[in-house]
Parts: sequence; C-alpha cells; structure tokens
Amino acid sequence: MDKKCVIPIGPFHPLQEEPEFFRLHVDGEKVTGVDIEIGYNHRGIEKLSESKTYDQGLFLVERICGICSCSHPFAYVNAIEELAGIEIPERARYVRSLVGELERIHSHLLWLGLAGHFLGYNTVWMWSWKYRELVLDIFEKISGNRQHYGAMKVGGTRFDITGEDIGWIEKQLDELLPAVDMFKGAVMDDPVIHARTKGVGIITAQDVKDYGAVGPIARSSGVAIDVRKDDPYAAYGLVDWNIVTMNTCDVFGRAGVRILELYESIKIIKQCLAHLKTTPGPVDLNIKDIPPGEGIGRHEAPRGEVVHYVRGDKTNSPTRHKIRAPSYMNIATNEKSVIGYNVSDALIILAAADPCYCCTERIAVVDAFNRKMLMNGNDLIRKSQEKTKKLRSRKFGVSSS
Amino acid sequence: MNLIEELKSKFDKEILKFEQKKAKRVYIDIDPKNIIPFGSYLFNKPALRFMIASGMDTRSGIEIMYHFSDDSTGVIITLRVILTNKEKPEIDSLSNIIKGTNWIEREMHELLGIIFIGHKNLKHLILPDDWPKDDYPLRQKERK
Repeated sequence: MDKKCVIPIGPFHPLQEEPEFFRLHVDGEKVTGVDIEIGYNHRGIEKLSESKTYDQGLFLVERICGICSCSHPFAYVNAIEELAGIEIPERARYVRSLVGELERIHSHLLWLGLAGHFLGYNTVWMWSWKYRELVLDIFEKISGNRQHYGAMKVGGTRFDITGEDIGWIEKQLDELLPAVDMFKGAVMDDPVIHARTKGVGIITAQDVKDYGAVGPIARSSGVAIDVRKDDPYAAYGLVDWNIVTMNTCDVFGRAGVRILELYESIKIIKQCLAHLKTTPGPVDLNIKDIPPGEGIGRHEAPRGEVVHYVRGDKTNSPTRHKIRAPSYMNIATNEKSVIGYNVSDALIILAAADPCYCCTERIAVVDAFNRKMLMNGNDLIRKSQEKTKKLRSRKFGVSSS
Repeated sequence: MNLIEELKSKFDKEILKFEQKKAKRVYIDIDPKNIIPFGSYLFNKPALRFMIASGMDTRSGIEIMYHFSDDSTGVIITLRVILTNKEKPEIDSLSNIIKGTNWIEREMHELLGIIFIGHKNLKHLILPDDWPKDDYPLRQKERK
C-alpha cells in the first residue's frame, strides 16, 4: 500500500515573522520532497515606497520585519547615502553599529529560545527569553520603544546615547555575559542536543553558493561572508571583531554560529560605548535634498545580508526601490536541507533557517488520498520532544518527567 | 589582474557601457542576448555570489539589473540589460545555471511581465494564482 502523504506547514502563525508555506511530501516518517510557497503576506512595500518621501520610506521599511526592525532602515540609509554621496559623522557611526548589534543579540536569543522549545528544552526557551529582556530594556531606554526604534535617518541617527546611559548599558551587558556563557554550555556541551542536531539538515558550501544563501547559514557551512567585514559601513571598520564560522554544515553549526556571534556583538557594543565617551560631534547632518542617482546599500542583519537598491530622480522619493531580505535566499535552501530526514527533524531544520518557524498550530498531516486529518501541529511538537526524551533516557537513564 | 580588468579584456566587444560609480560599485551594460555567457562567467568565479536581480519599467524599456557581490573585496558588479520590446519582453533564464535566480525570475515575471526563456516553473511566487492576466503591478501606468 502506498503510504505517501503530504504535510502542509503554514502559512500563518503569530510567532512567525514571515508567513510561508511548506508542503512536506513524506513516505512514512521520511521527508521525500518539499514545495515552498511564499507571498501570503505580500504588502507591496517596494511599490508603496515609490509614493513615500525618503524620510517616510525609512519608517515604512522599518515595518517590514518586527524582529530585526532596524535592519531594513540600516540598509536603506546606506543606499540613500551612497546615492547622495553623504559621509555621516563618526559619532553617528558608533550609535548605528550599537543599535545594529543590540538587535542581533535579541534576535539570536529569540531564535535560541524557539529552537530550544522545538527540541523539548523549554528551560532554554524560558531562560533565553528572560535574558533577551535585558536588551529590550536598553532599547526602551535609548529610543522609547522595545521594537521599532526609529534610530536611522539619512545623514545620521535620530537619537544620541550620552551620559549615564553609557554606563548603564555597560552594566546591562555585564549581566548578559554570564547568561551567554550558560547558553553556550547548555547547547554546545549537551550530548542530547548533539544527537538531535549534528549531521541534521546538511547544507554544503556548494549549496550555499548555488542558492546564494547568506548569514549564519553560510557561515555554519564554512563560507566566511559577512558584509560588516567585506564591505565595512557604519563603525564596523573602526572596531575590532571577528567573523564566526563553523564547518559542520548542519543545524548544530547554525546554532553554534549564532551563540558565538553573541560574544562578538557584545565586544562590538562595548567598543562603541567606549568611543561614544570620547568622540564629540553631532549625530545628524540634517540632510534636506537628495540628488538624482542610484545606490546599493547593504547591512548584515541577524539572518544575513539585507540589500536595498534605490534609484531616484530629482524628486524627494525613489523611482525604484528594490528590497531583498536574507530569508528570500535562505528559505530556498530548505529544499536541500530537509529532504531525506525524519518528520521529527523537519521542524528544527526548517527552524534553523531562522524564519522563527513556529507555525506548528497550523500543521496537519492529511492523508493525500481520502483527505483525512491524521496529525496536527501539537502532535508534531510532541513527536520532536519525545525524540529528545528518548535519546536522553538512553544516554543518561533519565526517565521522562 | 583583478576581476574588473579581466572582465574588460575578456568581454571587450560585448560591454556596451562600463561605469564605476564608486570604488566598490561597478555597473556594466550588456546586450540581453549575452546574459548567459556573462552570468555564468561571473557566477563561476569562486569569490562571486549572486545577490539579487531587480527589474524596473523605464522609458527606454524594461530594465533588469543582476547584482553580483565579490565577497573578497566588497565590490558589487551590476549587469544591466534593457529589454526594449515592452509588449513582449524576453530574456534567457539564468535559473538553470544559478539556482538562486529561480524565485526572483518568477517574481519579475509576475510583477513586470518579463518572460524568462528556459525557466522550468514560471508560476506565481507572491501574487495570488487568480491575479488578472496582463496586469503587472510594477509597470508604470498612466494615471486616470
């Protein structure tokens, strides 16, 4: 009897940043194929931007993503400044990089929590989201918002970081550092997590090249690309830091890269704060007019390189504004990484691309022939967590509790 | 010899216009029929990565820019082609050489009406399946 089934995953869930739809073709427990569909929440932002001024456009692109809300404005100001030939003040460079790195920390912690939840490590989930609050508190203090900080502006930033705030941010980071050590230990030294993630969801360096994958996916396959280093902007060329790479090509590598990047981000922020104490000057040039021309702006967002292409005529709004988010390239790699693995591993593989994949309530296993529902999202989470439990009891003799 | 010099000497006749707007931004205009040799040449360089392509409706035709990033130097090389026949813009698909162009070609097909010859699956990517035919959202239209 033919046991082939289709598992639809998606497209909507409140925890997903971007709605997307995966149709997993399975033969028993084994994934044999995947169809990817996107476009469920297409908002026409590229077209909308043509009717907004450059300044309004920054607020528009800030709302593309709620998790990395400064990534798109960061790339957009880089593009406009390239178009207009603007050099921003040194102080603004430090503020920009600081905001960018704080965002990376909170985004990676968010991912780590979700990955922990999928694997059945709910303690990791709770703890990483608890320590993420330290970063969100910093954002609230410096910008007034936990998300959507409105930091970027053509020619500088909208706020400065001065006086007591600098010392307070340093204190918050000192508090965060031992937590990062703890996560590193919890994930990198745990034999059960090794068993669940090592050799799972392989994406080779050749796949990275073929699909144009970016960010932690590329870096975990040994491809050392990072726009902050390759084409430095803001303060990334002025501070000391390293690109984190791993060669495991699997889910473990993707988790490892993200955790080790937390240390680099903290290092960058501390240097930016030190420079902010001594670098005088304004943080904004009060740019009024944008000349005609074209420019390409890039930023290394938590998920990889964001690209904005802008062309303008003599008016104050762009005639074409092309936006490419990192997930656009990264999600396509799932058709390589998920095939051949078990259904219980599919969830963490899809999640490892960091589309924060938690649309599990929408999952249903349907018999493709008589349309009967066999399994829902909760069952899938349960399956994944049960697998961890089984492994744990085999290794340590810990009974399920 | 660096990459830009290499490109200039290898494709001397095919390059219609060469423009270096900044030290790290290179724009090369080429004839649409040369997209396959140019695209595969650039893609097969080890350090070059396909970033994205972007289409645009201009007065002279439908313009497509293919952006390639040289991650060893931070240079972005942009190939620019202009499809002058707006009624039926056609160009060879790069999707059989570069897998990463698969989605963006589908997107340009539905938003601008460009036909990518040789693309295996030109179905809608972001627009709904029942979107009216011959209505391309990114085409410039006269305001009524």
